Amino acid sequence: MATEILMPALSPTMEEGTLAKWLVKEGDTVSSGDIMAEIETDKATMEFEAVDEGTIGKILIEAGTEGVKVNTPIAVLLEEGESEDDIESAKSEAASAPVAADKEQSSETAPAESKTHPEPETDTSPDWPEGTTLKQQTVREALRDGMAEEMRRDETVFIMGEEVAEYQGAYKITQGMLDEFGAKRVIDTPITEHGFAGIGVGAAFGGLKPIVEFMTFNFAMQAIDHIINSAAKTLYMSGGQMGAPMVFRGPNGAAARVGAQHSQDYAAWYMQIPGLKVAMPYAASDYKGLMKTAIRDPNPVIFLENEILYGRSFDVPELDDYTVPFGKARIWREGDDVTIVSFGIGMTYALEAADKLAEDDIKAEVIDLRTLRPMDTGAILKSVKKTNRLVTVEEGWPQGSVGNYISSVVMQEAFDYLDAPVICCTGKDVPMPYAANLEKHALVTTQEVIEAVKTVTYR
Amino acid sequence: MAAKKPSDKAAPSNVSAEELKAYYRDMLLIRRFEEKAGQLYGMGLIGGFCHLYIGQEAVVVGLEATAKDGDSRITTYRDHGHMLACGMDPNGVMAELTGREDGYSKGKGGSMHMFSKEKKFYGGHGIVGANVPLGAGIAFADKYKGNDNVTFTYFGDGAANQGQVYETFNMSALWKLPVIFVIENNQYAMGTSQQRSTSSAEIWERGKAFGIPGEAVDGMDVLAVKSAGETAVKHCREGKGPYILEIKTYRYRGHSMSDPAKYRTREEVQKMRDERDPIEAVRNMLLTGKHASEDDLKAIDKEIKAVVNDSAEFAKDSPEPSLDELWTDIYATEIPQEA
Repeated sequence: MATEILMPALSPTMEEGTLAKWLVKEGDTVSSGDIMAEIETDKATMEFEAVDEGTIGKILIEAGTEGVKVNTPIAVLLEEGESEDDIESAKSEAASAPVAADKEQSSETAPAESKTHPEPETDTSPDWPEGTTLKQQTVREALRDGMAEEMRRDETVFIMGEEVAEYQGAYKITQGMLDEFGAKRVIDTPITEHGFAGIGVGAAFGGLKPIVEFMTFNFAMQAIDHIINSAAKTLYMSGGQMGAPMVFRGPNGAAARVGAQHSQDYAAWYMQIPGLKVAMPYAASDYKGLMKTAIRDPNPVIFLENEILYGRSFDVPELDDYTVPFGKARIWREGDDVTIVSFGIGMTYALEAADKLAEDDIKAEVIDLRTLRPMDTGAILKSVKKTNRLVTVEEGWPQGSVGNYISSVVMQEAFDYLDAPVICCTGKDVPMPYAANLEKHALVTTQEVIEAVKTVTYR
Repeated sequence: MAAKKPSDKAAPSNVSAEELKAYYRDMLLIRRFEEKAGQLYGMGLIGGFCHLYIGQEAVVVGLEATAKDGDSRITTYRDHGHMLACGMDPNGVMAELTGREDGYSKGKGGSMHMFSKEKKFYGGHGIVGANVPLGAGIAFADKYKGNDNVTFTYFGDGAANQGQVYETFNMSALWKLPVIFVIENNQYAMGTSQQRSTSSAEIWERGKAFGIPGEAVDGMDVLAVKSAGETAVKHCREGKGPYILEIKTYRYRGHSMSDPAKYRTREEVQKMRDERDPIEAVRNMLLTGKHASEDDLKAIDKEIKAVVNDSAEFAKDSPEPSLDELWTDIYATEIPQEA
């Protein structure tokens, strides 16, 4: 049957073009791949090739015609054995393809779920049963114990990174792990973040559960393409067929006097990515419990640690298998006058400020988010509905901060409950300086948190 | 138009008629499928980026002939041929190209992002070079599990200038990973020729710096590709670590659908098509060696045309994904089981 040859779309954005030149004439035979015409698009002049074999029966659009819409018949192709009489019967292959109309309809009727923040039932159960024996443990030890317990439990879990094995960890997080698990499962990599992050993601595709340690998250910027494009998006791009169950972990944010390139807080960056989960714990029990949850999670998890917290000791429950769920905030201190929300090392300023505010009889409720994605916004809203005032605290930069997101959620969901604008206490909008006095000032300070609370409580 | 002048090379005696016919069929399926995809793109049924594999068919067909069950493959965004060659369903591939619910990724991946857990096809990656460490990682998992599977990791001459490729070469050699690095050298990194972009004339020789053996292969000759693939696969399965195949091939079509083709002459493309076409070469071997008649081959052509036309019909008829699909597959609730 004779076929109409249609004006092709030759770029993702082309809607019409100029039929610059015909390279065939009526009566010519063509086979697949032969160039039939030159077409000018919005971008360039392109060659248009034949797909089917046949004879050019009729040219419908003359060379030099401008503004030919995509899918307009431009010629008729006759099959073997057909003649001019068959031209009239030509049928366009596009007849059954009303694509553009469908597309518009889709975007107009897209659900609006992304615009709302449904208030989840917030889980306020205690993290461990009453009467559980507690021991003092550093964040460093708790983190190692959490990983080691999971490696004993699951053969497919392994850890790779710079200096994790023989050196025993650049920050001694993996101390003793090479001895217990051997070189097959505790793997020193070369200094090659982009490459080993990619190999880690591939190993997760292949059925393993990698823990990829970055000596610090500053170096993960070299690997961020694999974290986001390869790890976070594959489940979606594959229609649910495969993903990257793994943990990317390491110290994040400022340490002390290490300068601009080694002092960045990435909480707000990773928190933005669908497909990732993000934990940023403060206390040792949460480092342990969340790490165990992260390793078991079937998704890529960003685990943001803090070098200054590594050596701090906290109560850790002596339980055989202690885990902490994602998306459950921890209320460190209850109060009625103001809500202070923080996470990670920001909690040190929040708790210190709350202590000092108590001396002035201002009772602050202090919430530790523990995970930023999923985020327990329910706990924040519940608290704000009680205190009517909110201050957020983090070390990261102010523009596009975690606090900015929280304040937008609170404004949309609890606007009528607010008695003062939300204040986001953040690090200053500068690269980290080296000088001790400047560095201290570049970070958020306890005094700033106290002042913010006094502002929102009009004291 | 220009008459085809296929070379008259006879098939080697160790290649059976059935084998040759299988290569002919598999390569022809890719070519006809890609031509149809180009046509559907022109009609607006396929959107965005669409990178066709026409001209390069012998690479993937020759290498798939050396794979066994359990082996994995991963490639770039020029991925339709790899999917068809490893046995993925043309209907599912075409329906993904049209963005429909019966596509391999339910319409959410598109031309550049398709996967098959069942066929151990790990994508379909759009960031040039990124699939190289991913492929080595899949090989890492196989070595960790202690099996003798290999991973075919395909990338182009353009990707061969990405730093992560050499980070991966280093670790793969260090850890003796069972990965075959397949450099599909089609001579143009998008529109920049190898001479203008790459300091080495022979890219595979860069492996020497890492102690990785390799070779250059005529990618327009499916039997040469298969033979080199066998060497590489044997090396990897024996636990000797990675191997590099630089397969010199040629892409007849543009880099993507909106390629103005100003960086090479029409004569250059036509000369390749006339003198080096991989499908014509096998066709000639079949006819010259009297392994098949013109009628036998016509029957194959007809069969392939039907498969491809069916896939196009399937891809047009399959509905667009439900709007609920926007919100699925962002987080897994359980770890997907190994196929």
